[in-house]
This record gives sequence, structure tokens and C-alpha cells, in this order.
Amino acid sequence: MTTYDQTPERQEIEALLPWHATGTLAERDAQRVEEALAQDRELSRRYALVREELAATVRLNDALGAPPAGAMERLMLRIEAESPTGRSRQALGGLADWLAAQVGRLSPRALAFSIAAAVAVIIVQAGLLATFSITRYDAGGFQTASMPRSGEIGIGFVPGANAADITKFLDTYHLTIVEGPRPGGLFMIRPESAPLPKDGLDQLVRRIQQESRIVRFAAVEE
Amino acid sequence: MVATNSMNRTSAAMQTTSDEALIERIAAGDKLAMQVLFARHQVRVYRFVLRLVRDQSVAEELVGEVFLDVWRQAGRFEARSTASTWLLAIARYKALSALRRRTDQELDDDKVATIEDPGDSPEVAVLKKNKGDVLRQCLTALTPEHREIIDLVYYHEKSVEEVAQIVGIGENTVKTRMFYARKRLSELLKAAGIDRGWP
Repeated sequence: MTTYDQTPERQEIEALLPWHATGTLAERDAQRVEEALAQDRELSRRYALVREELAATVRLNDALGAPPAGAMERLMLRIEAESPTGRSRQALGGLADWLAAQVGRLSPRALAFSIAAAVAVIIVQAGLLATFSITRYDAGGFQTASMPRSGEIGIGFVPGANAADITKFLDTYHLTIVEGPRPGGLFMIRPESAPLPKDGLDQLVRRIQQESRIVRFAAVEE
Repeated sequence: MVATNSMNRTSAAMQTTSDEALIERIAAGDKLAMQVLFARHQVRVYRFVLRLVRDQSVAEELVGEVFLDVWRQAGRFEARSTASTWLLAIARYKALSALRRRTDQELDDDKVATIEDPGDSPEVAVLKKNKGDVLRQCLTALTPEHREIIDLVYYHEKSVEEVAQIVGIGENTVKTRMFYARKRLSELLKAAGIDRGWP
């Protein structure tokens, strides 16, 4: 048992010896330790013990070897699987796998019911979309364009009229198609601006009837 | 050929890049930087983890987990600590989690067989080996808590502040724990017949 009288300051310095041995002390602390070691033989002896421990620890750890070859490749494969492309591929694959698993679990009858239900949903959605697409806002509120309305013109185009001609014609007269084609190739059109009075509408019809190169028939919708 | 030369130059330049710069690149999705960081630190991380879990296959698995976390969390790295300190902190967390899982489960015979066998007792070892061998034997016989701090200080050359960051304790506790680890080591050596005259 060593009878080594230690002041708190000496105890503090002794506690720093392991870090002094590895050179990880701040400069000021390292200097304090150096000064103490120069003056205290017992502290120097204990520092030698620290250095023995340090050497043994390094030898012990160095003897532990290294991870086996291929560790990096395995890591990079895992990282690749996490890259955005890999992730989306995984997500798609996961969804496909899930769907396949769900379908696989269904009996033929359940599968038939599922298909019928899916078709029904699609039909309902198509109906809703069609309704929304032909609904427009008017002063009186929402109405479907298929309802007979005043202020519209029924028009038929000549058989040889192409889309470009029709578009140019509509632009020239500031008209828009609101419905069609009905049976017989009839379209309903109206002025893009506010609805015209009856006289104005008749005048417009007479003008567009002159466009015989493209208009086969035109009349005010009664 | 040109592409290969260019890649070699990039790789060579990367070898001299600081860890912190590598982590910045990794945060931006640079896989080459990831490979360089892995090559630079995998052995140290592996040894640190192996000393804690004492199971090679678990240690290998944990090293992969550590670097996968680095890939995922590189953007969160704050340069307040060094990259190696950050890596060891992640490694320590992973190792302790693995140890907890292993404690929760029943250790089966195969697993026990892979855990490092301390071999002869220090008393027997001293009769047939030199002092350095006995010292290493006693280092192995320390508790995980004491092994950890001895390794962090002596092998990984971590400062008091860095050990505090890795282990998550105060700096004074770091010094106290190191003192008690060394004291325990001396007791084991004394029991093995080597009296160092300290403490």
C-alpha cells in the first residue's frame, strides 16, 4: 500500500494521466501535468503504469482483426436499395406484390364480385365526370347544357369541314360549342359573351348561314 | 479510359478529404464519399463494437447498421463533434441495444459458444505468460462499462469531452469512471499476482 499524500490538485492531475498519455489534453492541462511529472517521482511511476495499460489496450484491440471482406459491398447494396430509384422501385414492387397477394387470396366468386364492384365504381365515376364536364354556370345557377335553352343556335357543319376550319369559324364569330354532336351531326352553340336578344341572335344566324364553305345548317334553338 | 482516370482522380482526392467534408457529401447522396468514410472507420467501429458485444457476427451486423445510419442521417451531423466521435456514439447505441435484446432473450448454446472465452483465470495465466499477456487478460475481464471507457481513452484516443459526448455522461464522471476502471484493473492484476503498488 503506497502512502502517497495527495492534495486535491495532485489528484486532479493524476486523473488526467490517461489523457496525457494519448496526447488529448488541452495545452494548458498538458503543461500542468508535465510540470507535476517533472517534480514528483511517484507520479512519474504511476504514469508509467498508465503507459503500460495504454500499450496493452492497443495490442488487445489490434488483435481483434477487422470486418470480413465484402462488408462494404453489402453496405452499398443496402444503400442502393434506399436510393430514391430503389425506394420507388421497392414501393412499386411492394404495391404489385400486395395486389397479387390480395387477388391470390380471393376465391373465383369473390374475385368476380370484386371485378363487378370495380366496374360499377368506374361507371359511377364516369357518369359524375360527364355531368361535371357539361355543367356550366349561368345567371340562373348550374344547369346541364343538354337542357333546351333559349339563346342557343343549332348548327350543322359540312361533311368536309375539319377541326381547324371549325375552330377558326368559332373564333371568328366568338362562339362556343355547348353540346353535341346530337343525332344527325347537330351541335348547339352560343355566343361567348352575354346572351343576345332574339333580334341579335337572328342576325347572327343569318351571318353564319353565309359561311356555306363550312356551315351546312344553322337556326335559333326555340 | 478517360472516365476511369477521372474516377481514380476523384477517388484519390477523396482520400485526403476531411471526415466532415465527406459527411457533407454523403448528405448530398455521394456514394463514393460513403465508401471512403466506411474504409476509413470501419475497423475502429468494428473493434469498439466487438469489445462491447463480444460476438463477431453481431459486431459485423452492427457495423453495417452504424454506417447505414450515417447514410440516412448525414444531413443531421453537426460539426460540434468529430466524425469519429459521432460514429462511435452511434456504434455504442447500437451495441447497447443489441446487448439489451440479447439479455431479453435466452442465450442459446450456439451464441454462448461465439462469445469470447476469457480462458484461464488471471491467476493461472500469470504462471504461464508474461506481464503484458496478463494485463490484456485482465482488460478483457473488466465490466463492459469499464472496458468501454478504457478503450475510448486509450485505443480510440478520445478526449474527456469526447468520451462525455459518446457515453452521455458529464466530464467529471468520465474522469471518475476512468479512475475506477483502472483501479479495478489493478485489483485484477493483484489477484493474478502482479502488484503494481497502486492504488
